[in-house]
Amino acid sequence: MREINLEKISYELALRANINLRGDCVRLIDKAYKSEKSTLPKQALRIILENSVIAIEKKIPICQDTGLPLVFIEIPEGVKWERKYIDKINRGISKAYKEAGLRASTVHPFGGKTSFNPDIIHLEFSRRKTLSITVFPKGFGSENKSRLKMFNPTVSKDEISDFIVTSVRDAGPSACPPFFVGIGIGGTSDYALLLAKKALLERVDKPNSDEPLRLWERKLLKRINSTGIGPMGFGGNYTALSVKIKMHPTHIAGLPVGVNISCHALRSASFKVKADNVKVI
Amino acid sequence: MKKTVKLKTPLVDRIIKSLRAGDEVKLSGVIYTARDRAHKKLAGLLTANKTLPLDIKNAVIYYCGPTFCKGKLGSCGPTTASRMDNFLKPLAKAGLRATIGKGKRSYAVREIIKKHRGVYFVTYAGCAAYLSNFIKSYKAAAFPELGPEAIYEFNVVDFPLIVGIDAYGEDIYSDI
Repeated sequence: MREINLEKISYELALRANINLRGDCVRLIDKAYKSEKSTLPKQALRIILENSVIAIEKKIPICQDTGLPLVFIEIPEGVKWERKYIDKINRGISKAYKEAGLRASTVHPFGGKTSFNPDIIHLEFSRRKTLSITVFPKGFGSENKSRLKMFNPTVSKDEISDFIVTSVRDAGPSACPPFFVGIGIGGTSDYALLLAKKALLERVDKPNSDEPLRLWERKLLKRINSTGIGPMGFGGNYTALSVKIKMHPTHIAGLPVGVNISCHALRSASFKVKADNVKVI
Repeated sequence: MKKTVKLKTPLVDRIIKSLRAGDEVKLSGVIYTARDRAHKKLAGLLTANKTLPLDIKNAVIYYCGPTFCKGKLGSCGPTTASRMDNFLKPLAKAGLRATIGKGKRSYAVREIIKKHRGVYFVTYAGCAAYLSNFIKSYKAAAFPELGPEAIYEFNVVDFPLIVGIDAYGEDIYSDI
């Protein structure tokens, strides 16, 4: 019987997410750096890569905005779940933020003392056999640029593409390009935005397994990169590094589309374990 | 022609007038951090005709809320400058010359910068660990009650900047 210590695991996930830039992100940034020709954007991409190395060496966060640490949990068959487990996860995250000096950016909407953790948990009962816990510190420079549009169900894909490209263009240099762009299509207003956020948790360097979506993502990326915003807004060929779309059934009367943008410092860390013979503590 | 220059604070008139949008600057000297809530407080003090807790004349404000670990400065990258756009006017009037942040600013800010012969610098956003290497020391300067949004005084050496908006109102982001 393997013991799963939730407090310890979430502590480690919060540290890893904030300090170690995701491997799939590093690969895409590195690829862009190697192919960019223009001086200033190339220099920006080099500094982004250098930053990820310095963060690990100095054990300090990649970005001073250590975000709102969001939690995504997938509970498989055969694992009993209780409210107290969420408390343990929150405790682990808060402890990591406090001990490692990650910024306390959580605050009451109208001010007051800041804290570490907003207790935003997305819990899902899954058909997979794996228990999965993800900590996703979301920075607000990019989160502030989130967009939702409730389209008519008769809308064309081109109109949706226009909305997505405009949303990314409006995000502009202050949301820290090059971006990773998450798109949620379908569900309800809230669900489309949740899908968009979850899209950012997928491997951003891996093509979509659904062919029509893969082609659409590629087209969108090309259009976004033709805006010429580029790293830090310094121009060049890389305004975004990846576009990921997730879809879900929706109502016959509408078509919600959510856009969630991540800065180049897309940070998340996951723990996954086969759920047979485990004991959650 | 874009140039790279090394500058020291205070950024006096002659220096500011020599800068053009797109120039690269390596800045040494003293800069102050301040973000949303510190700006609200500073603007409130100015409206009430009260003294500011820092010498704003020819000062440089860095839009930044750094991290600290066991008393040591951690990561310290720029935050979105446009959130502070509405606070620039009273501060520029009081003598503030330069701001450092990320992203595009409003048309009104360009006009304020032009009028008061100021400058807006951008620095490498999301590269907070990298930027920490250019900060040699820090001390608390004002509003400790704001926690991560307190004002800190940073002593910087060769802090890497790009002129975003120059004293003539030219903006590197005007096309995007």
